[in-house]
Amino acid sequence: MRRVLPTYVGLICLLLMAPIVIVVILAFSGPGYLQFPPKTYSLHWFARFLGDPQWRASLWFSLIIGLIACVVATVAGFFAAYAFVRGSVRGKKLLLSLLLLPIIVPTVITSIAMYFLSARLHLVGNLVWVGVCHAVIALPVVLLILLSSLQGVDVNLERAALSLGAGHVRVFLRVVVPLAAPGIVSAALFAFLASFDELIISLFLTGVRTQTLPVRIWNSLHLEIEPTIAAVSAFLIGVTGLVLLIDGALRMRRRPAMKL
Amino acid sequence: MKPHRTTLLMLPAFAMLGCIFLAPLAWFFVHTLLIDSDPSDLRDQLVAVLASRAMLRAIVTTNWISLLVTVTVLLLGYPIAYYLANRRGFRFTLVVFCVIVPYFTSIIVRTYSWMVLLGREGLINQALRDLHLISDPLPLLYNQFSIVIGMTYVLLPYMVLTLFAAMKGIDRNLLLAARGMGASGPMIFRRVYLPLSRHGVISGALIVFILSIGFFITPALMGGPSDVMVAMLIERSVEITLDWPGAAVMSLFLLSVTLLLYAVYYRVTDVRRLMGTV
Repeated sequence: MRRVLPTYVGLICLLLMAPIVIVVILAFSGPGYLQFPPKTYSLHWFARFLGDPQWRASLWFSLIIGLIACVVATVAGFFAAYAFVRGSVRGKKLLLSLLLLPIIVPTVITSIAMYFLSARLHLVGNLVWVGVCHAVIALPVVLLILLSSLQGVDVNLERAALSLGAGHVRVFLRVVVPLAAPGIVSAALFAFLASFDELIISLFLTGVRTQTLPVRIWNSLHLEIEPTIAAVSAFLIGVTGLVLLIDGALRMRRRPAMKL
Repeated sequence: MKPHRTTLLMLPAFAMLGCIFLAPLAWFFVHTLLIDSDPSDLRDQLVAVLASRAMLRAIVTTNWISLLVTVTVLLLGYPIAYYLANRRGFRFTLVVFCVIVPYFTSIIVRTYSWMVLLGREGLINQALRDLHLISDPLPLLYNQFSIVIGMTYVLLPYMVLTLFAAMKGIDRNLLLAARGMGASGPMIFRRVYLPLSRHGVISGALIVFILSIGFFITPALMGGPSDVMVAMLIERSVEITLDWPGAAVMSLFLLSVTLLLYAVYYRVTDVRRLMGTV
């Protein structure tokens, strides 16, 4: 038993990482037909990805939408998280579970409803609107991260600032925000990631000319798998890796706040 | 700030939720079912759509796949969570890394990576052919088997993180007490540890099942022509047959079931654990 468990866990971990690692390796293979392990290695597929104006446009759309979603979700989520931690209101659990609904309700339903409304308002294909819609999906992520991060902020520091004559806004901006800063940055990063990787809402709400990266991957997987997809996927994996790396570094600096 | 004024800071988030999430949903249902079509037909329409062959098949498929995924995820996830709950240091970090990296990787990328492995000309078939184990490629992709693999891969982290949180809360002294009274290792696990972690098992299974029944991307890409889940049927009736009332009825049904299960989840667990308190 003592050996069985680590072996089993090791095997599953291998299975968890293998697909991702293989895609990254494939992305670096030489031109021609994709095989594993690649016969030659090159940056050919990355050059194809970043050299193609359409892919570049998609990357650009994804970035813009992600930034809008990130800003909107982080600001709204931070206020709400602060209210949950410090405010006194009955039924906090119920209110929180309402705000988490966007990740519970099947995204297909949400997307169709959003599309139904957006079409009437002529907002389909509008990048800002797509970003705002993504923000709703990113909101639960921000909220959950900041709830646990704000719990690590000592309320006495706020009281001290107040008693020394600082106004509420000033306390908020000069005490709460700096103390919660690492958590806010993490939350913002994951909000960006949630939008950057979001597919179904984008599928319905982006027009033909404003396809995001996941939408283009989706279209390509449906029609004919072009090898460039491996490079685009590796790129998305790289973005995820970067976000996790920064989050890990930030987490070192706010030890007591989060537990895993 | 006074506590009740602090509460007002929730307003932007709820305004967002209301205007961009709840309102479109409500408007969609009201418009398609009560305004665009005759409200008196609603009953007939509900029956016609929900009792249609396609829908009944989709409901059976959805439940079956979700059940398979939930059980698979539980069997794979429990040992990992157990391992994590009892380890520290480098090995702990390594296993967490292996769980977290896929968790935050785009679902479409994760699905694609399995398509690369399982496809007709995929890496597994290539390898088996190179080893002369098979002459014709195995049909690994575009069936229920591949759907279950793909969805398990996407949903496993939810289970592991939920179980881990529950197991972290188990009092080690209870296990020591059982040992002190002469219980054997397997017996301690079966009679003490398993019941104490039951809460996590229920929460984890519920959240995985809830997310499974609404799943779209993975089954749509990895399933065969006959493996149609409810979410896919909804998407098709909007994209292909342009049957908005039909889509609304099916959505209403799927949404009700989801919300019902979420209500149970809400009762049995701490909703803050939804993402596993990463």
